Amino acid sequence: MNITLEVWRQVTPDSAGGFVTYTVADATPEMSLLELLDRLNADLVDHRIEPIAFEHDCREGICGCCGVLVDGVAHGPALNTPTCQQHLRSFVDGATIRLAPMGAAAYPVIRDLMIDRSALDRIIAAGGFVSTPTGSAPEANSIPIAKELADRAMDDAACIGCGACVAACPNASAQLFVGAKVSQLARLPQGQPERRARARSMAAAAALDFGACSDVGACRDACPAGISMDVIAALNREVLRASWSRR
Amino acid sequence: MDEGPRYLVTAPAEIAHGVGGVKTTGTSLPGNPIVDKAVMAVTGGFLALFIVAHLVGNLKIFLGHGHLDAYGEWLRDVGQPFLPRTVLLWGFRIVLTAAFFLHILAAIRVVRRNRMATGDRQRPAKTGGTPVQRYAAATMPMTGVIVALFLVFHLLDLTWGTANPGFQRGAVERNLIASLDRWPVAVVYSLAVLALGFHLVHGMWSLFSSLGFHGRRIDNVRRVIATALPAVVVLGNLAIPVAILAGWVS
Repeated sequence: MNITLEVWRQVTPDSAGGFVTYTVADATPEMSLLELLDRLNADLVDHRIEPIAFEHDCREGICGCCGVLVDGVAHGPALNTPTCQQHLRSFVDGATIRLAPMGAAAYPVIRDLMIDRSALDRIIAAGGFVSTPTGSAPEANSIPIAKELADRAMDDAACIGCGACVAACPNASAQLFVGAKVSQLARLPQGQPERRARARSMAAAAALDFGACSDVGACRDACPAGISMDVIAALNREVLRASWSRR
Repeated sequence: MDEGPRYLVTAPAEIAHGVGGVKTTGTSLPGNPIVDKAVMAVTGGFLALFIVAHLVGNLKIFLGHGHLDAYGEWLRDVGQPFLPRTVLLWGFRIVLTAAFFLHILAAIRVVRRNRMATGDRQRPAKTGGTPVQRYAAATMPMTGVIVALFLVFHLLDLTWGTANPGFQRGAVERNLIASLDRWPVAVVYSLAVLALGFHLVHGMWSLFSSLGFHGRRIDNVRRVIATALPAVVVLGNLAIPVAILAGWVS
């Protein structure tokens, strides 16, 4: 396959960026987009050109590191699939693919296609965590939990924190991400003691950086973990309820 | 005995104990979008109920002479003898005005927030929902402004009468026909009704989510409401100028 790539190049967070066009003549349909970038980078290094910086880790769709805008679509053309699992068979031979960093005011570009997603970490930190030794994992069945509840909490916990929901959203809202993180705990008995405070605190942290939800579902289409839009309404309910409560 | 791993905490206490995130970079937007959206949902839902009641009232023009005027008179009388005449009407007007302004204030906050949160990024491709849903959602600020501007004219035209030739207070039917018999007014009216329809398509859909209602059953209910209510409002309100210009009502 002959693929033309238009890639966003930017040297530092503060410098101006722009699209640079490259061609890869020996691409194959089974290559992932990241492997295409590897192939291109090997060429660039051979020609003593600085390789394209992009984030990646597991390359099997479970870590949440990778993620770029592919022709404006967060992660790429296949729905609910991270960039590392997007293959060139989705494109025709001779295609031009535009790769840009996932965009939001809260996602400053670090370099090329790499962005700073600490705004998402701040939301997680606002949810609270313990940093004391708690011993080994407790016996799993000591707290009875209905299967449907456990399943739904597990579905919410599938979020890998890639941040594509924000990049896909016309308003750069993080509601799908925050909704998944709040719901996974709010559904379970273990999450009850701090349920209200956690919802308030995480929503307040999200409000500092992200937009409001318009309920159009661009996030749901982009989400590689297949998080349901239900978590957004559930988040709204948690936060509205918590706003009335003193606890 | 297994004591589990020991951690050396070197991070600042705020981070280590998660007492709200420590901001290093970021945008620090004011307010809470979930509260703003809930305000828009409650006030918008109330305004939508008013729109439906307003339509039911106006459709009385098709019942024949006198019905609309009698209904207008009833609006002033209703609440008697528990309340003096027009008190309930004025109470309703005050609540309606408050809802209208709260809706706009929350909308301005949301629009400003979204603009700041998206920043100068390249626009993502349009995905999610149906094209009609996406269009309705994306044009909410525009259709809202159109409806608000039309409302000012509407009040000048049919409540205060300054924009209506030979306006007579209390002669609802006469004033309505005199207004919509002018075709430029009928055109502006029709465009505003269409804008209102699109505004309702998104509003009636998203208010459920904004207030925390979700699930398959809610989706079935809101799909019907977000389709039927705008359709009824648009067709019902467009029937009036069409009937007047065609001479079916005079």
